[in-house]
Amino acid sequence: MSNKTTLAKARMLKPQTKQSFTTYIMVIAAFVIMMVLSSTGNVSSQIEGLLVPLCVYSILAVSLNLTVGILGELSLGQAGFMCVGAYSSALFSIATNESITVAWIRFPLAILVGGICAAVFGILIGIPVLRLRGDYLAIVTLAFGEIIKNVFAALYVGIDSNGLHIALNQADMNLAEDGTEIIRGALGVKGVPQDSTFVIGFVLLMITLIISYNFINSRTGRAVKAIRDNAIAAESVGLNITKYKLITFALTAFLAGLAGALYSHNYATLQAAKFDYNMSILILVFVVLGGIGNIRGSVIAAIVLTLLPEVLRSINNYRMLIYSIVLIVMMICTSNEKARNLIISVLNWLKDQIIKLKNMIIKPKTKEVK
Amino acid sequence: MKSLKRILAMSAAVAVAVSCFAGCSSNAATSGESDANGTTGKTIVIGGSGPLTGSAAQYGVGVKNAIELAVNEINAAGGVNGNTLKLVFEDDEADPGDKAVNAYNTLKDQGMQIFLGTVTTGSCLAVIDKSKADNIFQFTPSASAQDVIANDNCFQICFTDPNQGKASADYIADNKVATKVGVIYDSSDAYSSGIYNAFKKEAQAKGLELVSEQSFTKDSKTDFSAQIADCKNKGAELVFLPIYYQEASLILTQSNNVGYAPKFFGCDGLDGITSIENFDTALAEGVMLLTPFAADSKDQATQDFVKAYKEAYNDETPNQFAADAYDGVKILAKLIETQNITGDMSASDICEKLKAGITASDFSFDGLTGTGMTWTAGGEVSKAPKAVVIKDGNYSALE
Amino acid sequence: MLQNSPCCDIIIRTIKVYLFEGRSTATAFIQGRNVCKMGFLNNLINGISLGSIYAVIALGYTLVYGIAKMLNFAHGDIIMVGGYVIFYSMTSFQINPYISVLIAVIACTVLGIVIEKIAYKPLRQATSLSVLITAIGVSYFLQNSALLLFGEKPVNFTSVVNIPSISLFDGQIVITGETIVAIIISILIVVGLSLFIKKTKSGRAMLAVSEDKDAAQLMGININRTISLTFAIGAGLAAIAGALLCSAYPTLQNTTGAMPGIKAFVAAVFGGIGSVPGAMIGGILIGVIEILGRAYISPQLSDAIVFAVLILVLIVKPTGILGKKVREKV
Repeated sequence: MSNKTTLAKARMLKPQTKQSFTTYIMVIAAFVIMMVLSSTGNVSSQIEGLLVPLCVYSILAVSLNLTVGILGELSLGQAGFMCVGAYSSALFSIATNESITVAWIRFPLAILVGGICAAVFGILIGIPVLRLRGDYLAIVTLAFGEIIKNVFAALYVGIDSNGLHIALNQADMNLAEDGTEIIRGALGVKGVPQDSTFVIGFVLLMITLIISYNFINSRTGRAVKAIRDNAIAAESVGLNITKYKLITFALTAFLAGLAGALYSHNYATLQAAKFDYNMSILILVFVVLGGIGNIRGSVIAAIVLTLLPEVLRSINNYRMLIYSIVLIVMMICTSNEKARNLIISVLNWLKDQIIKLKNMIIKPKTKEVK
Repeated sequence: MKSLKRILAMSAAVAVAVSCFAGCSSNAATSGESDANGTTGKTIVIGGSGPLTGSAAQYGVGVKNAIELAVNEINAAGGVNGNTLKLVFEDDEADPGDKAVNAYNTLKDQGMQIFLGTVTTGSCLAVIDKSKADNIFQFTPSASAQDVIANDNCFQICFTDPNQGKASADYIADNKVATKVGVIYDSSDAYSSGIYNAFKKEAQAKGLELVSEQSFTKDSKTDFSAQIADCKNKGAELVFLPIYYQEASLILTQSNNVGYAPKFFGCDGLDGITSIENFDTALAEGVMLLTPFAADSKDQATQDFVKAYKEAYNDETPNQFAADAYDGVKILAKLIETQNITGDMSASDICEKLKAGITASDFSFDGLTGTGMTWTAGGEVSKAPKAVVIKDGNYSALE
Repeated sequence: MLQNSPCCDIIIRTIKVYLFEGRSTATAFIQGRNVCKMGFLNNLINGISLGSIYAVIALGYTLVYGIAKMLNFAHGDIIMVGGYVIFYSMTSFQINPYISVLIAVIACTVLGIVIEKIAYKPLRQATSLSVLITAIGVSYFLQNSALLLFGEKPVNFTSVVNIPSISLFDGQIVITGETIVAIIISILIVVGLSLFIKKTKSGRAMLAVSEDKDAAQLMGININRTISLTFAIGAGLAAIAGALLCSAYPTLQNTTGAMPGIKAFVAAVFGGIGSVPGAMIGGILIGVIEILGRAYISPQLSDAIVFAVLILVLIVKPTGILGKKVREKV
């Protein structure tokens, strides 16, 4: 009896809720499976080492989808926000390494610091940038991403008894004997405590998904979607476009900052060169391939496309070539009618062949029985 | 339409998942075995990682080729103490982050017992803590930053950057090559900035006047007109170039175009400049550099190596990256022999033995890149960089 | 930051000349100022030289974007292919430089049409974002194919330009032959393209397609042919850009086209994407800002400075310098 009402209740759930809960369940299931495999030692080092980056890239893809899919604006600066989050959280962790020795207090704080700093940058950048449209917005976000990367790569920051020293050259830093260098230009930050684990990554991913789905299905989310569909109509209805655009942008940046913090605490050194436009484009590819506006799709695409070049390592020489071909083919197939029909007809043909084969094998048996 | 997308996504996900788990189970099997007792007991697996794709691919491919050459030579001669060497090499795309660690993890899955990597400093810094945690002996052919040897399991075959920077300043000052010096370095590259910082410190100590300190970044390494103009206007008699040969060739061309002809001095990154296809080596006439290796050197070992490399790899001339890597394999072979290392030992045991062996007071090695090379416990190699000058497209010894 | 600027040495030079050469203060100051002026002029010319190459690349971008409304991210890599074709035809086959450039133009045009037919045409009805991602896939494909075909070692390109450099003011200012050719060619292309679009039937068809694709089709214009023609011309321009780029900066490897491609894209947007003269102006300005920023502010941050200027300009004029403001009708 109670089963029936639960089922009936489940069927009565709004499609959005069904969608979000399916995603949560899928992610939790994947996590549980991986944890089980990992604890029984059935996972290779390669996959084990990829668990945290998979979470990082999934969070990045989901966050970018908020801007690209829900707000409808193309942002090519995601790597910049990730960079800010990574550096600020790394600096926080190093600074409080002595004072807060318990990792599970320090690390969440560091993650929060990373997210908030990135969000601040998101707002600062959003204010001038969000009045632009389309490709111009894309270029400006790309420009900001590159500026952030270049500045961090050129900074020398050290601390000594006289205080903080910031310079563009190691020699200009004039650090006293007892001083320590924190950021060393291209060499970046070293000695970041490696606090990231798959569990924390999973938790952050779940938090990201919960925030994202709730944002999309909330009043704010609907306002943003209205702005995406028809900005002039939305404005005429009285929606404050700037406010909603800024909120989305800041949220995207915040989540990217979380991902950056998770990333930076997975490796002993942090170098700014990693956060270039190539990474921003990579995340954009995840979003577009997964489906613009499709949160679950972003996670799946991020996982598939991150694993793909690793899995292809056996074909070393042709690895990246095959990756690019797969990308092109996937894009054509998911966007083009004829290609879709072609694939459907191929799949149907395959199905027919399998049925024919089955009949060939089963028929003689029935004949024998007769 | 939506269902097709879903089918495609699901099948892609399933395909990837299946291949992962297939990989997992077979890899887990081999890694399980190799943790205990190597792959077959008579094979020692050497792992290497470097950029095989991307803009730094030439260095990774050179290192891979040289290691392959050395391993094949050793195996053809019967191996070391009856053990055959096996090379597994993975592409890390010179990435200073997760791709380098992915390459390292893949190597571990393939049963790597000794790590001859990485090629670039950025990738090396990302993996040193992992190799320390796994206690695998790491021997890098070309990652030259000081930080790379911070852990006790990591040793360098190449000079450190501060070493070269200091040696360059000393050479210029002691031999009175010039008093007004300009520098053009790559501020986005750890190698270049590392040498520049050490050079500046020593130059100031030795009384050289640095009239112009110019830099460029990875994203803008083709147009050097502004930097050259500044050196020219400030009257630099010598321009120090702690950079790689590709950018150096552009600086030489562009300086020639504006009629600026100072002396040029560089470090081991400049090696290879005479073998750029279609490069007019007259432009490089008189360029001085510190290098551990000269492909046109007349000694037998170098000639044999260059000949073998050219035969095996498309008539390409090897540069000092390849030479360092080749030496690395030969050094490991000698250590394996003297320390009685066999393929059935765990990577950790091999690491301890190699550490003891390489720092032993009576251990030294004569190779392509140096004679009488010894190592400190800190991981630094002692070998003197050779100062050479380019004459008629060839290196000739300086002093 | 400004300490490296020669202009700040004016006072020092003035003093030196005054003290050591016994000239009057006025002459000393003029000498000092002239050297500073020369330095500035030199940097300006270098900026224009770099900028004209960006301009030629940007013209290809803006043409394809203006008409087919797609960002061809693979443009930079077609440049690289053009460069390799010229290199191999000159070194392996000993073909005359000008004919090599012609061969490259033909090869790249064919490549452009093939790419368009295989990768972009199936996505005509898709969102522009999907096409962008496919273009990225094509870009990776070209880069990695080049790696496999041509090897990973960079090669030194022999300049196709035979004009000697002009030396002015006693060698203080040198204008290389490549610079002169680049400036002339970019002007010729701008003029040629503008004439082509205004005067020829195909050109006018391209203009019509860029303004309203559906109306153009209703008018009887063959959309497929027009867009293919656009890509063909864009790819041909890329080959010429490759010749100029590699002649000025004679190093070539599989990733050579990527960064200039991005910078030229920035330049095209800067000048107003879709505008042919805008691409030229954007290209030159980006080149000048890059060199001046490198010389007078900071070499490490020269790229950051270019981007910062870009942002400032776009904030003030959101559609780029010569971009048209598209009034959105409700």
